[in-house]
Amino acid sequence: MTNLEKYNQAFIETLEVAKEQLEGLEYQQIANWDSVGHMTLIAAIEDAFDIMMDTDDIIDLSSYEKGKEILSANYDIEF
Amino acid sequence: MFFNIEKKDADRLAAISDDGKTITYGELIQTVNDIKNVIGTRNLVFILCRNVIASLVGYVSMLGSENVPLLLSAELDEELLGYLLETYKPNYIWCPEGINDRFGELKNNNISLYSFDDYSLLRYSEEKAKLFDDLALLLTTSGSTGSPKLVRQSYNNIIANAKSIVEYLEIDSSERPITMLPMNYTYGLSVINSHLLCGATILMTESGYTQRPFWNFFREKQATSIVGVPYTYEILKKLRFFRMKLPSLRYMTQAGGKLLPELHKEFAEYALENNVRFYVMYGQTEATARMSYLPYEKSLEKYGSMGIAIPGGEFSLIDVEGNEIDEADTIGELVYKGPNVTLGYAECKADLAKGDERHGTLVTGDMAKRDAEGYYYIVGRKKRFLKIYGNRVNLDECERLIQSEYEDVECACVGEDDHMRIFVTSKGIEDSVLNYISEKTGLNRKAFEVNYIEFIPKNESGKKLYKNL
Repeated sequence: MTNLEKYNQAFIETLEVAKEQLEGLEYQQIANWDSVGHMTLIAAIEDAFDIMMDTDDIIDLSSYEKGKEILSANYDIEF
Repeated sequence: MFFNIEKKDADRLAAISDDGKTITYGELIQTVNDIKNVIGTRNLVFILCRNVIASLVGYVSMLGSENVPLLLSAELDEELLGYLLETYKPNYIWCPEGINDRFGELKNNNISLYSFDDYSLLRYSEEKAKLFDDLALLLTTSGSTGSPKLVRQSYNNIIANAKSIVEYLEIDSSERPITMLPMNYTYGLSVINSHLLCGATILMTESGYTQRPFWNFFREKQATSIVGVPYTYEILKKLRFFRMKLPSLRYMTQAGGKLLPELHKEFAEYALENNVRFYVMYGQTEATARMSYLPYEKSLEKYGSMGIAIPGGEFSLIDVEGNEIDEADTIGELVYKGPNVTLGYAECKADLAKGDERHGTLVTGDMAKRDAEGYYYIVGRKKRFLKIYGNRVNLDECERLIQSEYEDVECACVGEDDHMRIFVTSKGIEDSVLNYISEKTGLNRKAFEVNYIEFIPKNESGKKLYKNL
C-alpha cells in the first residue's frame, strides 16, 4: 500500500466516509468526526505509519489536507 | 432576580465567546426584562442549546422571567425533536438560525418575536399548560434517545445545588470556566449555574478540546478550570495533557460516570504536583446535578472513590428490604437526601402541574459501598442503562428505537459504559443499525457494536435473558 492509500484508509475506516468525500473534509463537518472520532482517527494514523504524534500535531490536524501536511513536514512521510 | 444577577456589578462580564462577543451582567438583566415584556411569565419554552452567548441569554432570561425552559441540544435528531414538540407543545422555541426551517409547522409561523445574535424566539403553541408554581426548568433524562421523560427541577433545587458547588469548589467571581460540555447536559449546566451565582465570567466556545482553537482560546482568556466526563480524561491523557503548560488552571472536575481508578490516580498525582485542585464527583439530573465530591486533598489517598455528600446533602445505603446499612464496606443501594433532590419526572404535558413527589429523598438506583472513614464508592447500577461519553443511554429505549425502524427484527442491547453491544435477529443489517443508532443518539459510532444472533434468549414468560448475551 502506498502512503496515500494508508492515509486514506485511516479516514475511510474510522470516519465511515467514501474516498470521494476525503478532499476538503474538515473536523466536525460530519457527525463521525467529533472528538471521539478524532482520537480514533489519530490512533489509526499512528498505527498505519508506526509513529507517535505530538500534541501540537494532534490538535492541528483539522482537515484531510492539513493531516498530509503535518505528516510530511514532521514525520518524513512522503505522499 | 435569579442567580442574584441584579446584585452583581452591571459592567462585569458574564460571558466571553471565542468570536469576540461579550455580555455583561447588566445586559443579562436587560434581556430578562425584554423577554418578560414580550411573552410574560409561566410559558413553556424549548431552548435548542449551543455553547454560544445567545443560548446562555435564552436560558438566563427564561429562568429570570419565570418562564419554564426545556433545554435540548440544537443537534438533536429532527424526528426526536418532533416527538418532544408533539408531546409537550411548548408555547415558544428559542433556537438558532437554520433550525427554524427544520420543522414544517414553524415555517408558516416563523416571525421572530425577539432575537439575540443568531437566535430567535418563535411562537409554537397557543395552548398554555398548567405549570407547578415552583417548577423552574426541565431537562431530559436520556436526551439522546428522545425519550419524553423529563426531570422537573425547582427554583430552589437549582440555587441550592449551585450554592453547594460554589462552597466545595471554593470558587468566586475571579473564575473563568470554559465550556467543555453541552449546556443542555446537567453537568455542563451546573458549571454555568454555579459560576453565574458567584458572578464569574464564562468562556464560551464550540470548538472541541481535541482542536487547536480551543486551547488557543483557553490560554488567551486564561481559563481557570477543566471539566469532563471519563472519556474526556482519557482523551486528555492521550493529548499528553500532563505536559501542557496551563498556568491559569486552578481546578479540574470529573463526573458523568466512573473514572477508571488508574486514571483517577494519574490525574490526582498530576494535580498535586502542579498545585491544581482535582475533584471527582457524582451526580444525576434527578438531583439537579451534583450529589457528591471527593475533596481535592483526598484525591490521591482515596482514588476510585466518589467522595462524600455535598454541603447540605446526606447519603445512606439501603439493603434489598429497604433497611439502612450501618456497616462499612457493605454494598447497598445509594440514597441521597438534600434540597437539590428534584420534584420528580414528567412524561406528558399534564405532569408539569405536578408538585414535589420526592420530598427531598432520591433513591439513586446506583449500588455503592462506604469505607470506614465515610467515603463512598460506586460499584454498579440497578437500572438498564449505560453511560456513553457521559450521557445516560437507556438500553430498552435503544431497543425500542431499533425495533420500530427495522420491522420484524428483534433486538437486545447490553454492554458496558462507553461500549454498547447490540444483537439483531436479521443478517446483513448490522452496518445499517450501527449507523442508525449512532445518528439517532448523536453518539459516535465507535461506542456501538452490532452483531447478528439467530434468536434473542428468553425465559418462559418471554423476558429477554440479557445475562446470556
